[in-house]
Amino acid sequence: MKANCWMGKHDVRVEQVPDPQILNQQDAIVKITSTAICGSDLHLYNGFVPTMESGDILGHEFMGEVVEIGREVKNLNIGDRVVVPFPIACGRCFSCQRELFSLCENSNPNAWMAEKLWGHSPAGLFGYSHLMGGYAGGQAEYARVPFADVGPIKVPEGLSDDQVLFLSDIFPTGYMGAEMCNIQSGDTIAIWGCGPVGQFAIKSAFLLGAERVIAIDRFGPRLKMAREKGRAETLNYEEVDVLETLKEMTGGRGPDACIDAVGLEAHTPSLVHAYDRAKQALMLETDRPIALRQAIMACRNGGTVSVIGVYGGFVDKFPMGSVMNRSLTIRTGQAHVQKYLRPLLERIQKGEIDPSFVITHHMRLDEAPEGFAIFLKKQDDCIKIVLKPH
Amino acid sequence: MSAQTQPNPWSQRQEPENNNAEQLANALGWFSVGLGLAEIAAPGTIAELIGVRDDDRTRALLRIYGARELTAGIGILARPQSPGWVWSRVAGDLLDLSALGSAFNSSRTNRTKASIAAAAVLGVTALDVYCAKQLSQVSENGEIETRKSVRVKKAMVIGRSPDEVYRFWHDFSNLPSFMKHLESVEVTGDRQSHWKARGPAGRTVEWDAEIVEDQPNSITWRSIPGSDVDNSGSVRFERATGGRGTLVTVELAYAPPAGVAGAAVAKLFRAEPAQQVEDSLRALKQVLETGEIAKSDASIHRGMHPAQPCLKAAAKAATA
Repeated sequence: MKANCWMGKHDVRVEQVPDPQILNQQDAIVKITSTAICGSDLHLYNGFVPTMESGDILGHEFMGEVVEIGREVKNLNIGDRVVVPFPIACGRCFSCQRELFSLCENSNPNAWMAEKLWGHSPAGLFGYSHLMGGYAGGQAEYARVPFADVGPIKVPEGLSDDQVLFLSDIFPTGYMGAEMCNIQSGDTIAIWGCGPVGQFAIKSAFLLGAERVIAIDRFGPRLKMAREKGRAETLNYEEVDVLETLKEMTGGRGPDACIDAVGLEAHTPSLVHAYDRAKQALMLETDRPIALRQAIMACRNGGTVSVIGVYGGFVDKFPMGSVMNRSLTIRTGQAHVQKYLRPLLERIQKGEIDPSFVITHHMRLDEAPEGFAIFLKKQDDCIKIVLKPH
Repeated sequence: MSAQTQPNPWSQRQEPENNNAEQLANALGWFSVGLGLAEIAAPGTIAELIGVRDDDRTRALLRIYGARELTAGIGILARPQSPGWVWSRVAGDLLDLSALGSAFNSSRTNRTKASIAAAAVLGVTALDVYCAKQLSQVSENGEIETRKSVRVKKAMVIGRSPDEVYRFWHDFSNLPSFMKHLESVEVTGDRQSHWKARGPAGRTVEWDAEIVEDQPNSITWRSIPGSDVDNSGSVRFERATGGRGTLVTVELAYAPPAGVAGAAVAKLFRAEPAQQVEDSLRALKQVLETGEIAKSDASIHRGMHPAQPCLKAAAKAATA
């Protein structure tokens, strides 16, 4: 089959690789009909995520048709049309039973690597480094899906791929970002980052009862989408002082909750002993958790900072004093996608939201390398690319 | 009965003493990784720090040096007990010193900063040499290596009742399903069993073991005296708090004697004994909670492999 492989920094290629096979009896093989490039794929593309290997198949937002199932698969049949969540979860461990699916204790075969970096290991993810399990991703013609009874959700025929594809990651991620804000009526939510996840956070904040949503970015087309599709008020941080403006807009109090949908592009692997020296050398270069610091400083007393942007290692100058003295709550996590699949599919079916609004580009799988290049440079007003493998 | 009160055949033996050297190696490994990343990502800043002229040539050189540091660092972290990569750091230090030395003669070099940098490198070199020597002593002297017993204790919560876990473990023929290094365990009698382990270079190591304590909440076994591989183990099954399953605590000890088989086993278990036991416990948890051990496209290979399907490996994994 054809698959989009990571070959090194700024180098992805569509290569011919063997078709996937059942490795565990709870696996399914899915023939992919739609797959997307995620903003977090750019962290891989830019070479910032450790433990990538030349030849790794990328992609963690995909859907398709079940073409093969292992002996132990009970809930799926060949021919089912499914969307696959990006975290791989067993459904039976301590975390899964608490619906913390992205923290599944049984799905990361390389848990020891993650433990070295982060203390404990989260779940395995599709196409997202060996640290996260070394699973082949879904920017391919076919993919192997472990724990197929737990993850994939069957989707009704009436809905198009474009409408349901983003249940795999960015819609639940944005939704969880808003849900973690514990929105009360009358609340104002500020959201840093108007990429696809930010767009879904804006929509979700309104769905969950926010009265005002203020979205922050610097790219015109993204701010425009936030205004026109999301009904958000927008701030271009290159044009205004964000903290001052947010204060003005909220009568000096600050937004009730702040969502960081940016993350730390320049995240480096953890450095532990070398950290002090590296920090000294890199201080000027890794000054990147700007959104997170700003979100903390902006948030009203007793408010919530919700972090859904991806971080990998350590951040400098984290304003802990502001967090502690002002009783802030910080909530974080990779989306527990499995938990949100059904309720969000219902919202799509009821017409409360049509997730296809973020799509700016459809391309063939063969064009993935070009897709990465224009997505990285935000050329051609690119916000979200959907790839068609067949 | 707690494992601490059980008879331990090696309580008199010497404990490993090279932990300090390994810890130091670990620290040096992280140091290498950090410095390497800094040199690759911010060669200009590094050039400024060490007082040498910041031009394209310097940056290119610093990036190459960074790649070398990174490789050495990863090598050390992967095998902190092996002196090879630490010696490679020593060689790298000498390179750094000679580069700084030649930069010293350039009029564009800030000599104060360069001297401070050289002094820092000298300090690190001393540490590297000390660490590499300590590690070499341990691994080159077979006597020391083979005489030392290795003891490991690890615990994990498994979402099954203590009774279920006890029963699964008590059938020793189940052990190879989650202990990757075991080829087979054959139950040969009421309390006896015959163990086969995969050694390095395709060798098989065998020994007989007997259960010395068998309680509903713990099992203790040890090799029959005179075995090639002197080893013992105990496992306890306790109710985890709040009905969250079973707290499984494993303690293993190996004291291989001198001799070829002994040396091979020593090498096998010295690789990463603590990691090995933890991996085994994690695999046990997966088998008991989900019915199988989750495999990925990369994890089914013995060495590193890209995350993409491989027909041969898949066929092998399916039959395993």
